[in-house]
Amino acid sequence: MDPQLQQFIEVESQKQRFQQLVHQMTDVCWEKCMDKPGPKLDSRTETCFVNCVERFIDTSQFILNRLEQTQRGRGSLTESMSD
Amino acid sequence: MDSFGSDFSSGAAESGKMDPGTIMEQVKVQIAVANAQELLQRMTDKCFKKCVGKPGGSLDNSEQKCIAMCMDRYMDAWNTVSRAYNSRLQRERARI
Repeated sequence: MDPQLQQFIEVESQKQRFQQLVHQMTDVCWEKCMDKPGPKLDSRTETCFVNCVERFIDTSQFILNRLEQTQRGRGSLTESMSD
Repeated sequence: MDSFGSDFSSGAAESGKMDPGTIMEQVKVQIAVANAQELLQRMTDKCFKKCVGKPGGSLDNSEQKCIAMCMDRYMDAWNTVSRAYNSRLQRERARI
């Protein structure tokens, strides 16, 4: 494949993964942080969104780490799911 | 936001100008369109939930006002999330 096209695909794919996560986190954090929409985003709500993003990523990392640990101890995920 | 009204299908194929540059530009436009659609879909969902109670025969003035504000707040939220996520990614990369 054209190397320019290859790089383009990689760059755009990464950009899309970013965009998708922003869509997803905005959605989820809106539910947690937004009361009645007002004339502007007050600082408390803005802080909530920032915290929400950080905690969402923490959650994702936590799950990956724990999954890795559980797999080392107890075999595969599907095994530990079968009870 | 890129314009998404124009039609790119006929010209390039007919004149044979499907070089990588043209393809990349077209793909970028399509990606931008897809992102705009996703944003609008989620915004509509959220603002309908926040602003429209029991659906009446039309959207009354207060509902319209609420939806307008909601749109702006959703954009603010989206931008805040985008910035926060970007910061976090940069922090993570700095650790490695």
